[in-house]
Amino acid sequence: MASKDQKTHEAKLNTLRSGPDPRGHFGMFGGRFVAETLMPLILDLETAYEAAKNDPAFQAELTQLMLHYGGRPSPLYYAERLTEHFRGVAKAAGGTGGAKIYFKRDELNHTGSHKINNCLGQIQLARRMGKTRIIAETGAGQHGVAVATVCARFGLPCEIYMGATDVQRQAPNVARMYMLGAKVNPVTAGAGTLKDAMNEALRDWVTNVHDTYYLIGTAAGPHPYPAMVRDFQSVIGTETREQMLEREGRLPDTLVACIGGGSNAIGLFHPFLDDESVKIYGVEAGGHGLDVENGHAASMNGGRPGVLHGNRTYLLQDAEGQILEGHSISAGLDYPGVGPEHSWLKDTGRVDYVSITDKEALTAFQLSAKLEGIIPALEPSHALGWVTKLAPTLPQDNLLVMNMCGRGDKDVFAVAGYLGIKL
Amino acid sequence: MTNTFETRIDRRFAALKTEGRAALVTFVTAGDPDLETSKKILAGLPKAGADVIELGMPFSDPMADGPAIQASSLRALKAGQKMRDTLAMVREFRKTDPDTPIVLMGYYNPIYVYPVAAFLEDAAAAGVDGLIVVDVPPEADDELCLPARDKGINFIRLATPTTDDKRLPAVLKNTSGFLYYVSITGITGAGAANPDDVQLQVARIKKATTLPVAVGFGVRTPEQARAMAKGADGVVVGSALVRAIEESLTEDGRPTGNTVGSVLNLVEGLSAALRSS
Repeated sequence: MASKDQKTHEAKLNTLRSGPDPRGHFGMFGGRFVAETLMPLILDLETAYEAAKNDPAFQAELTQLMLHYGGRPSPLYYAERLTEHFRGVAKAAGGTGGAKIYFKRDELNHTGSHKINNCLGQIQLARRMGKTRIIAETGAGQHGVAVATVCARFGLPCEIYMGATDVQRQAPNVARMYMLGAKVNPVTAGAGTLKDAMNEALRDWVTNVHDTYYLIGTAAGPHPYPAMVRDFQSVIGTETREQMLEREGRLPDTLVACIGGGSNAIGLFHPFLDDESVKIYGVEAGGHGLDVENGHAASMNGGRPGVLHGNRTYLLQDAEGQILEGHSISAGLDYPGVGPEHSWLKDTGRVDYVSITDKEALTAFQLSAKLEGIIPALEPSHALGWVTKLAPTLPQDNLLVMNMCGRGDKDVFAVAGYLGIKL
Repeated sequence: MTNTFETRIDRRFAALKTEGRAALVTFVTAGDPDLETSKKILAGLPKAGADVIELGMPFSDPMADGPAIQASSLRALKAGQKMRDTLAMVREFRKTDPDTPIVLMGYYNPIYVYPVAAFLEDAAAAGVDGLIVVDVPPEADDELCLPARDKGINFIRLATPTTDDKRLPAVLKNTSGFLYYVSITGITGAGAANPDDVQLQVARIKKATTLPVAVGFGVRTPEQARAMAKGADGVVVGSALVRAIEESLTEDGRPTGNTVGSVLNLVEGLSAALRSS
């Protein structure tokens, strides 16, 4: 008995799910690299979040909001025609494979992506902390829309920082934020994309510390944001686990999700990290290709560790430590960093991080639209791009779950442009 | 924490205390608008009246800085400024000026990738006296602050209006050289604080430390400098100086015959104000 207890204890010590440590580190990654003005706030936020996390009333209210306002649980959908398609591809190549493809349908959430999960959690926390003004950064605008939505719902003023380039390529989301009553501030610094928006949001926060809550949209930034955003997004993986057990009587074999900052991915992955039988793939934005300098946004496959926006993580940077802009067809993946937990999962080898180019993502986008009647956002189109490569090589009894983390309404005009379609 | 070593910063503040006036701490970005012009500005600062020189290490994403210093950082990077150029500037300066303290100021990533140990080695050898690295808080002292101290380099921290009495001991713990009081919650170059409020805050901080306290953020004119100097050991001026650089440039961003002079004139005016207060 003693040895069994010992083993259980060791297993707990060996869990991959216990991070971060009290200083916010996942191995060497993470931490709290912020200006002194923000430190007291970050420490307050950590205390407030810990208290909320352990408060059944907070959790109960969040569960109700997720259910009746957010539209959870999202379905786990068997993508039959895609499955058949990949089996056909395998057969044509002389194989017998073709994994069974499931989509976790987080694109069906209110506001059209997984971003609402995190926003409902953080807005509750902001209210609990007595904050009266909300700011946020956004890339594709999915997070901005989700923030504007929860701010409208709870009657809080909000300002969204968005790169000027992104304002142009994601115009439908800018209009949505406007309709919801948010003030959108286009950021012209740098290349006018997500990192510049985050810089500007940090500048606002440091100026308005007394009343402002910074609602970060991804599982990155200073501790406790990476852990907090992960916790709010983990509902994705927790539901997937239950739904798959119900449907197939066992755990999935393969998980696939796209990675910008990585919040949808960590949400799907985290509840499965200790299940060794589950193979996990994170898909970065390969842009024009990893060999094109500054032509991709694959921080882990094409960058190295550095410190930016409050955390140590893999970054796209030059030899001098100056941050590169990166490039992706997807505004939501176009960020030179990545959440610190992903950096750690890469170095420990638990998750395989791969990349998919703009072109491959566009092909996958059309495949999903035509075979499944689901128009995906360009972000999960990258995940599907990897599924396109991977699924035919896997046996037919392999249960693969891809997170369909956002819908493509925002992208249809841009995609039509890329494909040269005259509407 | 008391130093086990004495730097030019300690000696300079001690000397000014005897003189009975506050130090003029000037900030310019290394390599702005280009390396050669920047060297001339640096060389002229002590004679113009700078008592302590903060030299900015340009960074692509200066999150705590306002538009003036952001633009200055980007000008330097566009002109090709590298960290080794910044260190070489200090080395060259030291050949003719053995006394004026130089503090390198910036963000962590360019130091982190240098990497840290080699950076501290090269900085100490070049004659750097202190570091201000905005995004490395006391919670991460083992990253850079303590290794710098081991090399005889002061690690200067920022205290802000959000640094309450509960937080202050953590900020002071491993700080040496001086404490930089950020007079506003905000970014560099923003609006100025009320000098009376600042005086109260500085008095509060000085109860907790024997370190000199320099006040900065939003100080632009000689009058403001004189007002902020009351009760403080130094006044920091940055955005106003880099804006003077910016205003002197040609439309395509090249330096003119006025570039060096306009910065140094401004420094002379600020210095005169502090000497007459």
